[in-house]
Amino acid sequence: MQELEETTGPAQGIDALVSQRRYRRILISAVVSVSVVAILPLLIMTGINYYQYQQAFDTERTRPMVRFTVNGKQSLESFLSERLSALAMVIRESSFRELRDAGKLNRLLVNMKQSFGGFVDLGVIDERGIQISYAGPYELEGKSYMEHAWFHDVSVRGVHISDVFLGHRNLPHFVLAVQKDPAVGQEYVLRATIDTDVINRQVRSLVTAIQPSGDAFIINDEGVLQTPSRRYGSVMERAPLPALPYSTHASLTELEDENGDPLIVSYTQIERSPFTLVLLRPRGSMQAGWISLRRELLGFLAISIVLILAVVFGGSTYMVNRAREEDLKRRALYHKMEYTNKLAAIGRLGAGVAHEINNPLSIITEKGGLLKDLLTMSEELPPRERLVALVESVLKAADRCGGITHRLLGFAKHMDVEREPINLDVLLHEVLGFLEKEASYRNLRIDFTYQEEPPKIVSDRGQLQQIFLNIINNAFAAVEEGGHIEIGIERVGADAVTVTIADDGVGIPADQLTHIFDPFFTTKKGAGTGLGLSITYGIVQKLGGQIAVKSQVGEGTCFTVTLPIGQELG
Amino acid sequence: MDALRILIVDDEEELVSALEERLFLRGFQAKGVTTGEEALAHIANQPCDVVLLDVKMPGLSGLEVIKRIKEKTPSPQVILLTGHSSVQDAERGMGLGAFDYLMKPVKIDELIRVLRSAGARNGTGDTGKS
Repeated sequence: MQELEETTGPAQGIDALVSQRRYRRILISAVVSVSVVAILPLLIMTGINYYQYQQAFDTERTRPMVRFTVNGKQSLESFLSERLSALAMVIRESSFRELRDAGKLNRLLVNMKQSFGGFVDLGVIDERGIQISYAGPYELEGKSYMEHAWFHDVSVRGVHISDVFLGHRNLPHFVLAVQKDPAVGQEYVLRATIDTDVINRQVRSLVTAIQPSGDAFIINDEGVLQTPSRRYGSVMERAPLPALPYSTHASLTELEDENGDPLIVSYTQIERSPFTLVLLRPRGSMQAGWISLRRELLGFLAISIVLILAVVFGGSTYMVNRAREEDLKRRALYHKMEYTNKLAAIGRLGAGVAHEINNPLSIITEKGGLLKDLLTMSEELPPRERLVALVESVLKAADRCGGITHRLLGFAKHMDVEREPINLDVLLHEVLGFLEKEASYRNLRIDFTYQEEPPKIVSDRGQLQQIFLNIINNAFAAVEEGGHIEIGIERVGADAVTVTIADDGVGIPADQLTHIFDPFFTTKKGAGTGLGLSITYGIVQKLGGQIAVKSQVGEGTCFTVTLPIGQELG
Repeated sequence: MDALRILIVDDEEELVSALEERLFLRGFQAKGVTTGEEALAHIANQPCDVVLLDVKMPGLSGLEVIKRIKEKTPSPQVILLTGHSSVQDAERGMGLGAFDYLMKPVKIDELIRVLRSAGARNGTGDTGKS
């Protein structure tokens, strides 16, 4: 299990950066967040608009109804009060005797028909309820109204306006009755029958006003139609409406009639009468305009959301793909850089190796040359031991060459990540093997300062070689002739080892120290690529380790590489 | 003509001994040492005509040695021996008064030819020794 973690560990970093899954995650979060930011305000604005439009629409559609209701109420009330006033004036100004005179009453009826219209007949009823005088088309003189409800009402309230009823000619009309004030003489009642034509005309004008689907009519307290209704039929039929609460103002309400039709209803009580003026419209008709507006609003919202999502998705996909391409390029570049650095390191080593090989090669040349000289230039063969010694020297020098080439090959072949148990002590000596000639030419002293047997670690040999070669190369560059480099290995805790490489060279100023692991940062003007330590840093990370540096100008620099031990092998 | 006196300076002892003997076989009077210090000490005690000097050596480097040799007059001719990577050093050595430089590994005929011409130069410049 731990092994698995260890091997997948280094795969993270720049390779994990370009994994398909990571970009899908980025894409999803980009699409979601941008969509939310773009669509949420749109939703809120549309919601607000929706509400406001609805309000405005309702107001606009219902206000005329209320206005017509108020107008209708006023004209109906003035119609009634005009006629009541006329009757009241007649009863006030005329004596009982005058009114009992049928001729006078007839003249009065003619006058009132001319002045006001709507009057059908006039009658005078005494306190016993007997119609003692009548002017009009019927023979109603002597009729007793004693048992009629209206007669009681008028004796109590002084005034009465009746429901509409169908009279003898089967025409709708209603009764106005006014009582002579008992305080100023004999108690009697003046009763007039009024044709509903005038009222019908007034109500019909309201119907015309709220066309096309509207209706207007008058009902009495029992909900019986007092004027014809387009919707509910003719007079005296019951309007199938629920009871409307009493209101002297124009009240607006939404309700369903008994047929289940939803309606907007505006109504008001006509004062001093049993009449309620009702204007109504089917709610559906009022909402047709609103529904189409709402459809446009929601359609616009839907199209906007689709467009936004399309743009967001397209844009995000494009951006994320671009980012991924860039990352892939960067990774390719990074790998190339890593490779270049490796090649540069090998090239540097190659030069050193060529020089080192030159020495044993020269020995081979000279020893071989001497052997030839001895065989060709002397008269007699040299002694056998002499020849063997020369050949031994040649073989020894050839061995040296072999050792050097092996070391180089060993370094060069570890290009791929391989994990194997590594003795750091041996590895550091191998690396120093490349550099010991330079060290000896420059009289550098290299000390190993650890006592105990350093633990083996499981890691990548080639990568470790490169790490230490880079750091020790830097140390070599930092020190003067005769300088001193100290290498330490120390176990830290149960699962880590630190390797310290300290020199007594020029040191690094504090302001540069923070940049030394940055790519392309170099202090070797013109001589370095600035990649060595950056790549070293990358490799250490890849191996699951850490690298740290301390430095003091003029005193030296110390690099500390901490490496995980990995799975310890017995 | 007296045998040309050659001093061989190289940190590889095996190389020095082989060269010593090969030059001896060709009629030179050759002496080998393995450090710059020894070379300077030898020159101080015994006269020699040509110094065959390795550029890269631990301790006193070849360039340091040629500088010291050329401080005195008369001084022997110096032929530098160099590997590929230190050609620049060899050219610096030429600037310091070296007669010529040769790349390792060196061919014996080439070496003899250069030694002879160095010796000849020495002969014209320093009549007392030839």
